[in-house]
Amino acid sequence: MGAWLDANLVGVVNGFAIGFLLFIVAVGLSLVFGMMDVLNLAHGAIFLLGAYVGAALAGGNPSWGGFLGALGLSALLGLAGGGALSAMTEPLRKRSHLDQALLTLGVTLVVAETLVMVYGDDPLAVGAPPGLDGSVPVLGAFYPTYRLVLIGIGAVLAVLVYLVVERTTLGALVRATVADRDMVAALGVDNRLIRVGVFAFGSMLAAVAGVLGGPIYGARPGLDSTVLILALVVVVIGGLGSVRGALLGALVIGQVDSLGRTLFPDVASFVLFGALALVLVVRPRGLFGGKLGVRS
Amino acid sequence: MTPAAPQPQRWAKPGVVAVVLVVLASAPLFLAPFATSTVSRILVFGLLAVSLDLLVGISGLPSLGHAAYFGVGAYAAGWVSINVTSAIPVPLLVGAVAGALGAALTGWITVRAHGVFFLMLTLAIGELLHQLAHTWEPVTGGANGMAGIPPARVGDQPLVVSGYVHWYVLAAFAVGVAVVLVVSRSPFGLALRGIRDNEPRMRALGYPTRVYKYAVFVFAGSIAGMAGALLAAQQRLVTPADVGFATAALALLAVVIGGVGTLWGPVIGAALVILIRDAIGPGLDGHGTLVLGLVFIAVVYVLPRGFGGLVSRRHR
Amino acid sequence: MSPLLDVRRLRSGYAGSTVLDGVDLTLTAGTTLGLLGRNGVGKSTLVMTLMGLVPTTSGTVTLDGAPLPTRPHRIARAGVALVPQGRRIWPPLTVGEHLKLAARHARTGSWTRDAVLDLLPRLAERLRQPAGSLSGGEQQMLAIARALLTNPRLVLLDEPSDGLAPAIIEAIVEVIGRMRAEGVAVLLVEQDLHLALAVCDEIAVMDRGVVVHRTDTESFRSDPETAHRLLGVS
Repeated sequence: MGAWLDANLVGVVNGFAIGFLLFIVAVGLSLVFGMMDVLNLAHGAIFLLGAYVGAALAGGNPSWGGFLGALGLSALLGLAGGGALSAMTEPLRKRSHLDQALLTLGVTLVVAETLVMVYGDDPLAVGAPPGLDGSVPVLGAFYPTYRLVLIGIGAVLAVLVYLVVERTTLGALVRATVADRDMVAALGVDNRLIRVGVFAFGSMLAAVAGVLGGPIYGARPGLDSTVLILALVVVVIGGLGSVRGALLGALVIGQVDSLGRTLFPDVASFVLFGALALVLVVRPRGLFGGKLGVRS
Repeated sequence: MTPAAPQPQRWAKPGVVAVVLVVLASAPLFLAPFATSTVSRILVFGLLAVSLDLLVGISGLPSLGHAAYFGVGAYAAGWVSINVTSAIPVPLLVGAVAGALGAALTGWITVRAHGVFFLMLTLAIGELLHQLAHTWEPVTGGANGMAGIPPARVGDQPLVVSGYVHWYVLAAFAVGVAVVLVVSRSPFGLALRGIRDNEPRMRALGYPTRVYKYAVFVFAGSIAGMAGALLAAQQRLVTPADVGFATAALALLAVVIGGVGTLWGPVIGAALVILIRDAIGPGLDGHGTLVLGLVFIAVVYVLPRGFGGLVSRRHR
Repeated sequence: MSPLLDVRRLRSGYAGSTVLDGVDLTLTAGTTLGLLGRNGVGKSTLVMTLMGLVPTTSGTVTLDGAPLPTRPHRIARAGVALVPQGRRIWPPLTVGEHLKLAARHARTGSWTRDAVLDLLPRLAERLRQPAGSLSGGEQQMLAIARALLTNPRLVLLDEPSDGLAPAIIEAIVEVIGRMRAEGVAVLLVEQDLHLALAVCDEIAVMDRGVVVHRTDTESFRSDPETAHRLLGVS
């Protein structure tokens, strides 16, 4: 019993690490959609960009300099990419979500293919920086240090985001925009600035997550779709525009994904889909959502 | 108020259709085998695109995961060809049934979603099935795919020559598109357009809209599965990529380039997409996807209604 | 005296259909104009178009001689405030947060936070409550407070009495009276004829996307036949 628990506890810790990583990715996607009503399918490609930056700077011989440099560079690229995406989707403001999906899909294809052209087809491995690449003994079992650190970073970020959104005026602006964007404009707030800001911030988080996720996922073609789908599932489950929802959804999906792969490796995808379907049938708005996703 | 009847499409004139079919059928007589099989691939992809247009253009269900049923049909047809028989029309029917089944199992939750949620759900389902194709090695062959699919057979005769395969594909394509057109013009099809334009109103008129949406979703899935069976017969190999996001995106691109809702436009769109990917792509070091991405972006900005929108400006 | 608001031949609509079909309207600074009409004639659309939330097809709108901007946030900063139909407060935000957001781009003027809370003391007691938990009347008060705090020159009030009990409506009449007293111009869209007659200086009636009748309140009150003909009520 003890051994089974130990073995699966490691899986649970992994699940939380993936969960917090997913939270960092999903929060940007959720806010961009919840606030500005834009479906940004290029979000996964930004993550991929960060992953390749991490592989380039911290791949072969991971050093602290390389790792921190990768974090910084990917943050800048994420900000720039977000700004560019905001500008590109601005003319489509009044058009359908399908058009936004197609545009951002096109951007994804261009970005992903360019990365393959530069770095080739093979998956690249990214190591954890020195000191974080081992295991730590906790209560008799060994846990990978890096994942524990990831949980720590994710938790701190979650608390920060929560405090900003719930306690500051900026956060009030975010929540008001999600609830009713037009009335925010009617109070003199320029929605265009909010739009660029949310896109830039969300994309920055996604790119940084790409670097942070390097030691777990590496960098490979197709990673953008994988992460995008997970983030979408998180956002739909958690509720669009809800930070709390993104956190809870991400932690749940992190566990489902991790445990699913350990317990039912062949059909882990179905477990994920089953979880998605279950939540949507029971709570059509997602766990905390304001906008009605699925009508029963 | 009854939904508006579709305006007569130009190509519905039997003369134009006959000419097009004759031209396509004569391809093997004029083209080298590789070019002929490219045309076959265009027809396969075209059938997929037409089935997607039935969902997106006629029913207002923008699915980003339609390739899932294409892939399911392809794998099923391939499996049956290897393990049971590859005699026409068995793999074709198996593909259609498998596609319908896949759509039926996943459609019950997706058609309850609207707009962007529908988009996201179909995307998620497609990708999940894609991952399943990767991991379920004993059945799908994993990342390497299902190889060694025997050629389709007419009775005892295996169709190996690319010309014969092409005629098989063309015949199935013609049947598939014809069925889609018949459905599209039926009262059911008119109701779908009504649901696309104003679902609450249709519900108020007494139509069980969710049942209709589910029905067309399953039907489109079966046509996609049929196209998948043709892929298996033509390519003799099915890989997870055929189930994935990339294929779904390309199918949607074909629909948008060709003209959403026109049903004939997507075939042209499919031709463009396949030509870029297979004919031009290898010349660009296999980076045709990059060009396709740029085409995507250009089309969204410049040609929101696709080429079909330029030609037929009447309401579809 | 040139009008504060001058609307000429305004046309607008949604997705292909025209709702406003050439509206002509003027509003003098400091007065309250009631806008009446049956359901669907375009009263709310006019309000939303003035606030820039529905795009204008053609026509001109000038505010104090200058052309009204097209984007809502600029219109707000030019001194127009909206109290929309259905209130449209933000349920997850507290009363206090509503006022904070309103103050960010407020013009200078006499409507300070204290002044607004003085006018609406029920809100002062509920500063930390999320707006979603307020009663209908309190939400209406909040929507008005949010608009007033920006020190507007013109307030667009769309059916404030909708769904409220008579006692609350009385309170709203008082509030509008105070606004008038302080020199704020008000465009009041109303279904409640008595409320409109109680607070407005002038009455305009719309039908099928245009203004068909315009007179001062006294004349309107003493001509029940016209009221019956235009509004279908007595």
